[in-house]
Amino acid sequence: MQMLQSSIGRKLVMALTGLCLVGFVLVHLLGNSSVFIGADGINAYAEHLHALGPVVWIFRIVLLSLFGLHIFFGIQLTLENRAARPIDYNQKKNIRTSFGAETMIYTGLAILAFAVYHLFHFTVHATNPEISVGVLPLDAVGRHDVFTMMVLSFQKFFISAVYVGAMVTLLLHLSHGVQSLFQTLGVLGSKTLPVMEKIARAAAIVIFVGFISIPVSILLGLINL
Amino acid sequence: MDLTLYVWRQNGPEEKGKLEQYAAKNVSPDSSFLEMLDEVNNDLIENGIDPIEFDNDCREGICGTCGCVVNGIPHGPQEKTTACQLHMRQFSDGDSLTLEPWRAKAFPVVKDLVVDRTALDNIIESGGYTSAYTGEVGEANQTLISKPDSDYAMDAAECIGCGACVAACPNGSAMLFTSAKIAQMAVLPQGEIEAAERVQNMTEAMLNAGFGNCTNHYECEAACPKGVSVKFIAKTNREFVKALAK
Amino acid sequence: MILDGKCPTGPIEKTWDKHRFDMKLVNPANKRKYKVIVVGTGLAGGAAAATMGELGYNVEAFCYQDSARRAHSIAAQGGINAAKNYHNDGDSVYRLFYDTIKGGDFRAREADVWRLAQVSNNIIDQCVAQGVPFAREYSGLLSNRSFGGAQVSRTFYARGQTGQQLLLGAYQALSRQVKAGTVDLKTRTEMLDLVVVDGVAKGITYRNLVTGEIESSWGDAVVLATGGYVNVFYLSTNAMGCSVTAAWKASKKGAFMANPCYTQIHPTCIPQSGEHQSKLTLMSESLRNDGRCWVPKRKEDCEKAAADIAEDDRDYYLERKYPSFGNLAPRDIASRAAKEQCDDERGVGPGKRGVYLGFQTAIDRVGEPMIKERYGNLFEMYEKITDENAYKQPMRIYPAPHYAMGGLWVDYNCMSNVPGLFVLGEANFSVHGANRLGASALMQGLADGYFVIPYTIGNYLAGVKPGEVTTDHAEFKKSREEVTEKTEKLLNINGKRTVSSFHRELGKIMWENVGMARSEESLKYALKAIPELRDEFWQNVKVTGEAKGRNGQLEDAGRVADFLEFAEVLATDALHRKESCGGHFRTEYQTDDGEATRDDENFCYAAAWEYKGEGKAPELHKEPLKFENVKLAVRSYK
Repeated sequence: MQMLQSSIGRKLVMALTGLCLVGFVLVHLLGNSSVFIGADGINAYAEHLHALGPVVWIFRIVLLSLFGLHIFFGIQLTLENRAARPIDYNQKKNIRTSFGAETMIYTGLAILAFAVYHLFHFTVHATNPEISVGVLPLDAVGRHDVFTMMVLSFQKFFISAVYVGAMVTLLLHLSHGVQSLFQTLGVLGSKTLPVMEKIARAAAIVIFVGFISIPVSILLGLINL
Repeated sequence: MDLTLYVWRQNGPEEKGKLEQYAAKNVSPDSSFLEMLDEVNNDLIENGIDPIEFDNDCREGICGTCGCVVNGIPHGPQEKTTACQLHMRQFSDGDSLTLEPWRAKAFPVVKDLVVDRTALDNIIESGGYTSAYTGEVGEANQTLISKPDSDYAMDAAECIGCGACVAACPNGSAMLFTSAKIAQMAVLPQGEIEAAERVQNMTEAMLNAGFGNCTNHYECEAACPKGVSVKFIAKTNREFVKALAK
Repeated sequence: MILDGKCPTGPIEKTWDKHRFDMKLVNPANKRKYKVIVVGTGLAGGAAAATMGELGYNVEAFCYQDSARRAHSIAAQGGINAAKNYHNDGDSVYRLFYDTIKGGDFRAREADVWRLAQVSNNIIDQCVAQGVPFAREYSGLLSNRSFGGAQVSRTFYARGQTGQQLLLGAYQALSRQVKAGTVDLKTRTEMLDLVVVDGVAKGITYRNLVTGEIESSWGDAVVLATGGYVNVFYLSTNAMGCSVTAAWKASKKGAFMANPCYTQIHPTCIPQSGEHQSKLTLMSESLRNDGRCWVPKRKEDCEKAAADIAEDDRDYYLERKYPSFGNLAPRDIASRAAKEQCDDERGVGPGKRGVYLGFQTAIDRVGEPMIKERYGNLFEMYEKITDENAYKQPMRIYPAPHYAMGGLWVDYNCMSNVPGLFVLGEANFSVHGANRLGASALMQGLADGYFVIPYTIGNYLAGVKPGEVTTDHAEFKKSREEVTEKTEKLLNINGKRTVSSFHRELGKIMWENVGMARSEESLKYALKAIPELRDEFWQNVKVTGEAKGRNGQLEDAGRVADFLEFAEVLATDALHRKESCGGHFRTEYQTDDGEATRDDENFCYAAAWEYKGEGKAPELHKEPLKFENVKLAVRSYK
């Protein structure tokens, strides 16, 4: 309990949940990359996931709790931190911090909003029901045709723009978040910190490029039906 | 050189404050920033205006009394320099300087640029010591301490408690100040014994005093006139985990 | 009156142990019934308050700073002496005792100095236990270095911030007692009066520097640890808030001021750069381990850049005058030598009041990286202030007022002639004689605070009924009224000159006439000029703002007013002491080659001055000094 009331305890929760969420994002990216193999790749991947049955649900619940904790403490800490300076400076110059660090709460909330949209889009099929797997015919081997759904979706410029925009916020969020979580976990020293800052930024860029490569490739026609 | 100052004037903790404009004329580039303020104050007194109140004492960068935010940076633009050691040659003729007090809920304004930093003392009171009674100790060389550990402790102990880290932190957190003491004590055999209680009590005291939380902006390290490193915050985080495990 | 220091008798090495046993004790259960006031939270005051709190006394501590951690002890750079003999180089309690007596030019009390040397070792043990990060060897053992005036390595240090680290140790111990509730710490308060009831110190009156309220506090004993008075020179290495006020108020209430003319002028400070200057910055004495002091041999060369002066045209005056100690001559001697060169019109830099401290020889010998490792932070500080790179050109240095050996008179128990008033650290006069050696100030502050007062105050309190006099007593009301009246008076003068202009002018009078070299003529001039300036002050000073709330001008005005009175006692003492010794140099009393001539026949005593009222000459009381363990000798560093 003391852990969840203390300053460092909650920071550790942010770091640990953040670390898991980064892990999830990486796995998700790897899975999604199967789209480059074509319909066979991604449809098989989706089929495998579904075959896991209840494990998927356990996974979803764990993921949701991680998200929940990360969001709850993120908001709580931000509110506390704002209250710590009730009167703001007329002029304040930040020297060391980054745009990503300063906008964590906004990028975080934006990612939350995107996640909700993303679920409505690809999982619940509420936003574009006309291009959902339920409506589309099964693929040649009788699987849900996730491939076609993705291609049709991202051929719509608006949807691609939303996804790319969301990945920009993720980029910003991770550019600070990744090195920050290692600092919080106490594994950094004065020599390793600058190195980790570079690695973290590079990782954020890799994740960003990885994710946007899908809608961009579809928009450019590199992947098509 | 001539400068224009915009100085935060506030009569007391409950009063409203605002920026006032003053001229600093014929400033010698060899004078210190505080000596420049002395001269401005002499002019104000001669014109029947209450002088600007600012905290200062040793004027050699060690007591930690002075400090205000100069053009958005605590202690001004020069790296690793307290306001009293900042010299006017760092500025150019015609510059405008905006001077504001440290701004944090835990540091209420006393008057003008003077703030109340008792909250930092409260953090130390909560555990920033070894519980050694006077006289009740062994011979100094009985316990060996490796040079790297001793140097590490000294790096942390350089903190002068000025509060610039709080002023610079976007979250108004005193984590660097708190961590510097926790880390200094944790690395020394004399302090290690109480390390677990110390990290819990001191970080709790920090929060209770109204400081914010650390979110690793590292603005504190950039503003610190003594260059105290954020590695001590990482060390404190480790100490916290160790304490949890106990 | 002949004063008695109440030193224990018998063999000197047994004095403190015997005295500790002979002193009365206060029952542990009764300690909390006693209330002790401690003014000042530097090394002496902070250590005293913490230790007495640990013992169970009910302590109330006061400081003018916003935190106990900011007392000016924090600025001490070099180190702290102790007779540990870790280097096996022949050190001992006796040698530290001897060096301190000799360094003080035979004007300190033997028993006090012996005790200081004896407890010096306990201090190091204590500080290590507090987590003070002293410098260490690769072996893990404590490291030592040597300092001016000593030929053994006995100085413990924490980089260039020894004072800071020791003070933080004391501050942390104090914080622990604040938390435990044994010490009530009142920051941002300035003592403005000592309350004496029936001849016994019973409390203080102080101004709350935030609200402006004049308040009183009672105590069964009052401990002053309020530092030194060299800000009487205006420009000094002291902090802006350092003043004589607390000591002077006590003096006006009957405490004797002893040896005020013993002021230490530190040889290695950065010279004044202009009229705007508010303080002088010290460069650690340790620089003289590798730096060589010199000036041009010829006046004509003074305008040249240092690099353009050929080696043969440089006068390494300390090495010339004192071949055996050379650049490591004690402070008073090094300072005077620098002044001599400048008086000879061979000074350098703005106003020709400076000498060079060159590192070229050392850089050629051990290389720039080594010099950087040893003194990097000092070179950086020098560059920040002067914009000059001391690796490329020599530093310019000049002596500056640094420390007051004189102070309130105390007996062996650190109690003044006013019963119940104890005085510790720089504020008293006891152990440094006429000149203090490097790394001894920290030692004295902590010795008094950790290891002397906790014993001697018990001896006094054991004979006092606790809480007999409290702030209800009429004397407290009277004291508050007097202080309030004085405050109002300052605010109502509404003249034309700023407080700082008076302080500056006083400083100039003192520095030029009562500074490093004094003569009957200059002192008589000062004794005429000081009262004149004081009169003008009380008619023409302009103090802005109100009595209520924070008012820095009012604080400064009160301090300058006290300096204007105290300066006269300082000059009077200097005029009466017709000899040269330690920090007191009378130009009439010197040998043909400019060395100080001490007069042990007529002046081997501590001069304690009693305040006799405004405008009246103070009365001299003497405490004869006996030297039974160290032979009185001419102090030579040649």
